Amino acid sequence: MKNPMNRWFPVFVLPTLIAFLIAFVIPFLLGLFLSFTEFRTVSDAQFVGISNYIRAFSEDSTFLPSLIFTVKFAVTSVISINVIAFLLALMLTRSVPGTKIFRTVFFMPNLIGGIVLGYIWQVIINGVLYKFGYSITSNPNFGFWGLVILMNWQMIGYMMIIYIAGIQNIPSEITEAARVDGAGPFTTLFKIIIPSVMPSVTICLFLTITNSFKLFDQNLALTAGAPANRTQMVALDIYNTFYSRVGYEGVGQAKAVIFFIIVAAIALFQLRLTRSKEEEA
Amino acid sequence: MKTKLADRFFLVILLLLSAVFIFPVFIVLINSFKLKFSISATPFVLPDKDTFTGLSNYIEGIANTGFWSAFMWSLFITVFSVAVIIIFTSMTAWYITRVKSRFNSVLYYTLVFSMIVPFQMVMFTMSKTANVLGLDNPAGIILIYLGFGAGLSVFMFSGFIKTVPLGVEEAAKIDGCNTFQIFWNVVFPILKPTAITVAILNTMWIWNDYLLPYLVIGNDYKTIPIAVQYLKGGYGSVDMGAMMAMLVLSIIPVIIFYLSSQKYIIKGVASGAVKG
Repeated sequence: MKNPMNRWFPVFVLPTLIAFLIAFVIPFLLGLFLSFTEFRTVSDAQFVGISNYIRAFSEDSTFLPSLIFTVKFAVTSVISINVIAFLLALMLTRSVPGTKIFRTVFFMPNLIGGIVLGYIWQVIINGVLYKFGYSITSNPNFGFWGLVILMNWQMIGYMMIIYIAGIQNIPSEITEAARVDGAGPFTTLFKIIIPSVMPSVTICLFLTITNSFKLFDQNLALTAGAPANRTQMVALDIYNTFYSRVGYEGVGQAKAVIFFIIVAAIALFQLRLTRSKEEEA
Repeated sequence: MKTKLADRFFLVILLLLSAVFIFPVFIVLINSFKLKFSISATPFVLPDKDTFTGLSNYIEGIANTGFWSAFMWSLFITVFSVAVIIIFTSMTAWYITRVKSRFNSVLYYTLVFSMIVPFQMVMFTMSKTANVLGLDNPAGIILIYLGFGAGLSVFMFSGFIKTVPLGVEEAAKIDGCNTFQIFWNVVFPILKPTAITVAILNTMWIWNDYLLPYLVIGNDYKTIPIAVQYLKGGYGSVDMGAMMAMLVLSIIPVIIFYLSSQKYIIKGVASGAVKG
C-alpha cells in the first residue's frame, strides 16, 4: 500500500500548501467567521449573528446601488467585448494582409495594468468632455460609459485571441464541404462556425463575466466612484466599507461574502449553461 | 473576386480600429512632453513652441514618486514570485496528479475553487494574517503570491500532466532515479511549454497588481502601480505632467516584454484558455 512517493510529500506539496493556507484558506475561513461578528482588529470579534448581512442592505445606502451598477456594467461590457472580439477574429482568420500585426496591436492594451489604464482613459475622456464644459465626474453616465469603453479596450484583444484559436481549430474539410454544398457565408457562420467555437465562447464568457464583476483598479483610477459613489462598483464599495468607515468592518466582510456567493453562482451557472450548448453542438 | 472585395473592406475596418487602439497610448506619449497646464484642456493638441517642456515632466515625476525604486521592487517581486510559483506549483501539480489520495484530491479542488473567489473576500483577513506572520515585506509577499497563484498554476500544470504517458517516468524509475530526479530530469522538460504559459499569465498579473501589494507592503514599499496611484492620492490636485510621464514609463517595460516574447504570450493565452 505504501507508495514510495509519499515521503516526498514535504518537498513537493508542503511549500505550496503552506503558502496556500496562509494566503487563501485561513483568510477565507476567517473572513466567513468574521462576517458574523463585529470587530475592529480581528481579536476583538463579538458574535452578532446575521446582523451584518441585514445592515449591508438596510443601514448601508451604497451596497445595493453598487451591485446594480456592477450588473449593468457587466452585461453591457460582456456583450460588446464578445461581439467585437468575435467579429475581429472572423476578419483576422481570412486572407487579409497583416493579420499578425493587427493581432499584436489589438492585444497590446491587455498587458497594461488597471491603474495605468484608468488614468490613460481619464485624460482622453476628460479631454473630450472638456469641450462641452464637463468632466468624467459630472454625470454618472459618463463614468459608466468610460468604464465600458476602457474594459472593451482592455479585453477585446484577449478574447479575440481565444476566438481565433477556436476558429482555426475547425477542420478545413468541414467549411470546404459546406462551400461545395452551396452554403452561403451566413449559413456557414451560423451552422458551422458558431456551433464549433462554443468551447471558446464558454471560456470568453467566463473570463469577461468574472473580470467585469471583480473590476477594481480601473474603477479606482478612472472615477474612484465619483460623483457621490454613483459609479462605484461592488469591489470598490467593499474596499471603502473596510478602510474608510470605522465600525463597518463586519458589514464590509458580510458584503464580501455576498459578493463571493454572487460571483461563484454566476460563474458556475454560466459554465453549466454553455457547456450544455457545447454538447449539443 | 467577391471575397477579394470583402477582404479589402475588412482591411480598412481593421486599419481604422488599429488607429483607435493605438490612439490613447499616443495621446499620453505626446502629453508627457507638454506643460502640465496645457494637458487637461487640450490633450489632443501636439506640443508646440510654447507648450513643449522636454523631459521636465519625467524628471519631476520620477522624483515625486520614487519611480526607480518602485521599478526595482516591481521587478524583484514579479521575477521571484513567478520563479517560486513555477518551481513549487509544477512539483505540487505533478505529485497530486500522480499520488491518488483523499487529501490530494481535496487540495486540488480547493485550489481550483480559490480561482473564482473575489479578492475582496480575503482582502482584509489576508493582509492581517500577513502582518501577524511578518510577511509584510518584499520577501514575504512572494509567499503570498505563491499562495494566490497556486490555484491557476496547479490547475494548468495538472491539466497537462494528465495527458503525459506514465511510460517515461517508469523507465526513469527503473534506471534508478529517485522521485526528485524523475521530476526535474524527466517530467519538467516535458512541462516546459505549460511552464512558459503559466509564467506569462502570472507575470501579467503580478506586475500589474495594485491592491494586494498596496495592502500588504504599501506603507513601506511602492511598486509601479502603487507609485502611479500615489501621484493621485498624495496631493489635492494631480500634477498632470508628472502623471503622463509616469504612465509612459509604466507602459515602456510592458511593451518591451510584449514585443520580446509576443509569440509565447499569444500562444500562452490561447492555450491557457483552451485548457480552462
